Amino acid sequence: MHNFEFIRPPDLATTITAAAQSKTAQQGADVRFMAGGTTLIDLMKLNVETPARVIDINRLPLDKIEATSDGGLKIGATVRNSDLAHHPTVRRDYSALSQAILDGASAQIRNMATIAGNLLQRTRCVYFRDTAMPCNKREPGTGCPAITGSNRTLAILGTSEHCIATNPSDMCVAMAALEATIHVQGPKSSRAVPFGEFHLLPGNTPQRETVLEPGDLVMHVTLPPPVAGSRQVYLKLRDRASYEFALASAAVVITVSGGKVTRARVALGGVGTKPWRSPEAEAVLTGRPANDANFRKAAEAALRDAKPQSENGFKIELAKRCLTHALRTALTS
Amino acid sequence: MKALARREFLEKSLKTGGAFGIATSGFTGQRSEAGEAVMPATDGASEVAVTLRINGKDHQLRLDPRTTLLDCIRETVALTGTRKGCDHGQCGACTVHVNGRRVLSCLNLALMHDGNEITTIEGLGTPEALHPMQAAFFACDAYQCGYCTSGQIMSAVALMKEPCGPDDAAVKELMSGNICRCGAYANIVAAIQQVRQRA
Repeated sequence: MHNFEFIRPPDLATTITAAAQSKTAQQGADVRFMAGGTTLIDLMKLNVETPARVIDINRLPLDKIEATSDGGLKIGATVRNSDLAHHPTVRRDYSALSQAILDGASAQIRNMATIAGNLLQRTRCVYFRDTAMPCNKREPGTGCPAITGSNRTLAILGTSEHCIATNPSDMCVAMAALEATIHVQGPKSSRAVPFGEFHLLPGNTPQRETVLEPGDLVMHVTLPPPVAGSRQVYLKLRDRASYEFALASAAVVITVSGGKVTRARVALGGVGTKPWRSPEAEAVLTGRPANDANFRKAAEAALRDAKPQSENGFKIELAKRCLTHALRTALTS
Repeated sequence: MKALARREFLEKSLKTGGAFGIATSGFTGQRSEAGEAVMPATDGASEVAVTLRINGKDHQLRLDPRTTLLDCIRETVALTGTRKGCDHGQCGACTVHVNGRRVLSCLNLALMHDGNEITTIEGLGTPEALHPMQAAFFACDAYQCGYCTSGQIMSAVALMKEPCGPDDAAVKELMSGNICRCGAYANIVAAIQQVRQRA
């Protein structure tokens, strides 16, 4: 691990000013916020991240879960994953989110990892994590050995010729389907980023993963009020029953009335370069009878643009069945 | 002459700074790719003062910022019951409690924990008065080589206070962050269930 200066500014303003001195807030940032540490310390040990300065944000007042005036929920950046998953309001009104978090990592890591850290969770692509290998995300322009190499767990949606790394988060998949908003405080102003606009596709700049700029601090995430009568499911498929990343997952939030789907929100995990909301699947579902045939059609639509690599073609059918089964489960739950 | 137990030898070596040449004032070196300690490359100028409360006792330390909570506990404070397995948050051998919750000490910096209450396996029970979970692991033969055991027990003790269904499957799910290469899982689950049923 490279040496770094460890600082703990007394307040938000000093924290943001200190971070604003970084050249980038993306891969290779020279200033990094540290909360749970579960991703960052791991990558610092691998020399994938080598910040000169680490800012401890654990003592900032960002650890509250509160009801919002419109009936939604405000989740502080440093709320621990386990606290959010077990929160009574989340269990009752946002059960897909609770399930997604509890399906991820281990109990110890859920106790440590924060909500903002989970938003910024890095890919598990083995080439990204190995500094002996080329990687366009870690070192732009060096190439993507995953495309011709070990890619069984990598993405089939949103890939580019420069990067096929999977976003590994479960929590983000549920937040995409629940239409969360991410609230960012920057050096000059604050802004609210709709969930679907927060993460970026790799394109020809895979080192840029989010819209965050130097000094931007994720303050909290808000969830809109729960949709009356909606049913939610998070379904995760993986190589072992626990403590494993998704090969495919699906978060669904659907409302059914008179046998027809009146509203549908669908997102997929384990298959995309970012948490993968599927407006295509939602369009197929909405206004049509809630039955297996239409669920399958929705899944076909969600995976229509999937691009398999040499080892991960199985994910296309796996993701289709995952989404179909999640919808079926939501209907009967 | 009484032979030194391996643990006693390690503790004496660490406390005197002998055997491996590791200074007691804080490990300031790096780790090689194989994971062994290498001698400090810095002059100590970047060390930071911190007070860590471990098992009810305050330790005033000067640490290189890179020192993980795990390395601090084992090498600086010389509490060697907490184990280093993978050092990347994948095995659970380094599990300790911070403010009563189980965490992985390898994925935390020691400097993050001033003012926190840290508990290691040494703070749980004594050979004369075992914690009920330690006694259950003994009674159920819930280990083979023993390397993962302190992490398993720290995890299991914390599990007692977490939402967990009554059946074995729920215990297995919540213990999945603790790997046992010997495969003592069945007896580990039995030990935990024994303590839960008596609680």
